[in-house]
Amino acid sequence: MKLFKMLTIMCALLLSMNAYAEKITIAAASDLKFAMDEIVGKFKEANTKDEIDVTYGSSGKFQTQIQQGAPYDLYFSADIAFPRELAKNGFSASEVMPYALGRIVLWSAAMDASKMSLDSLTSSKISHIAIANPKHAPYGKRAEEALRATNLWGKVEAKLVYGESIAHTAQFVQTGNAQVGIIALSLALNPELASKGGYWLIPDTLHAPLEQGFIITRRAEGNDLARKFADYMRSSATRAIMTKYGFVLPN
Amino acid sequence: MMHLTPSDIQAIWLTIKLAGIVTMILLLIGTPIAWWLARTRAWWKGPVGAVVALPLVLPPSVLGFYLLLAMGPNGAVGQFTQALGIGHLPFTFWGLVIASVFYSLPFMVQPLQNAFEAIGERPLEVAATLRASPLDAFFTVAVPLALPGFITASILTFAHTVGEFGVVLMIGGNIPGETRVASVQIYDHVEALEYMQAHSLSAVMLIFSFAVLLCVYTWRPSAKKVG
Repeated sequence: MKLFKMLTIMCALLLSMNAYAEKITIAAASDLKFAMDEIVGKFKEANTKDEIDVTYGSSGKFQTQIQQGAPYDLYFSADIAFPRELAKNGFSASEVMPYALGRIVLWSAAMDASKMSLDSLTSSKISHIAIANPKHAPYGKRAEEALRATNLWGKVEAKLVYGESIAHTAQFVQTGNAQVGIIALSLALNPELASKGGYWLIPDTLHAPLEQGFIITRRAEGNDLARKFADYMRSSATRAIMTKYGFVLPN
Repeated sequence: MMHLTPSDIQAIWLTIKLAGIVTMILLLIGTPIAWWLARTRAWWKGPVGAVVALPLVLPPSVLGFYLLLAMGPNGAVGQFTQALGIGHLPFTFWGLVIASVFYSLPFMVQPLQNAFEAIGERPLEVAATLRASPLDAFFTVAVPLALPGFITASILTFAHTVGEFGVVLMIGGNIPGETRVASVQIYDHVEALEYMQAHSLSAVMLIFSFAVLLCVYTWRPSAKKVG
């Protein structure tokens, strides 16, 4: 009898805990790594009971995974086209919310890239230029557009090496295997990378805007925490962090 | 279904070239290692065997990460290749060759070691009493006796190198005709949501892999314990 009583109390406790603590898993594009870490950290300070996991990776891969039923509650893409596609096919529990415009920069760990421009890429001192794979990485696509807009693509194509994500591209440059790379401004502004070399902002007139958007996935329909976090993305504290990492914010 | 684009065909040829060269290099490197492991009683047989088997256990991302650091301009290997005047190895075909030699080493050494151990001491002792030098005995006695082992080891090494993905993705740089092998090409198709193209090339790989394993398993029953 005693045991039964204890079990009942434990069950009640567990149930009540469940009612308070919620959990969400976020899939985020790798360009968000540093900004999102900070945002989630701030959010957790105010909501200590809630559990938030973030997985960083390529936006395209997340799109496929969500279509296959991957357990992500929010999806932050580096290209708004991916969440739009998901919403169109009924995988979203919210409208598609634009959250930032990304910028691309020329970055080097070995040279002072702040004194360079795209024309410098033709220099014989540079044997490898890292960009994200334009075939499926939004930042790579914009890098290709900028190189084409300046008529440099044909001249530098033989030097290009392709990273699988913008983070992998930064690795090529950080390890010195590629002397320069075209990466996300949000990564170049991270202290770890900013302490080396330097960066040069590529004019946004040279490429289509890197419009980024997020959705609450169908799986998180009715998940209050997911909704709360989505609202938090519009707060002024969050906007300040996003701006700090070089994102241009919508309206 | 079988619609392969020219870049798919290029990736397949590059893969065959890579696997072929790696198999030949490993025949040269792996044979003495396997021979030594099969016959030595030295205390460091254990550690050497463990090092050879490491790629079976290590995630390719570990190997790729260390190779990217080591072969870069700040790494020991990178500084050595720079001094030799051949530049740095990441993003090159020969970089992939070297990475694959590490990666496929156990697939050459372990079947060969088994084959050499199966021969035993006796045939070589007989050869010695007939005044064959150790080298002579190796080529005229051990190699013919271990021939099935050589064939199994070569097929497995070739096939395993064809199947390599993680390391080439991490250090290759995805350059068409240079480092974009079939497995990476498939990854690219999938990432770009080109499922039809991914299907065609994947089907080729599936059929190839099955055919290779069928060869190995029907070659002789004892080959089953290999790998």
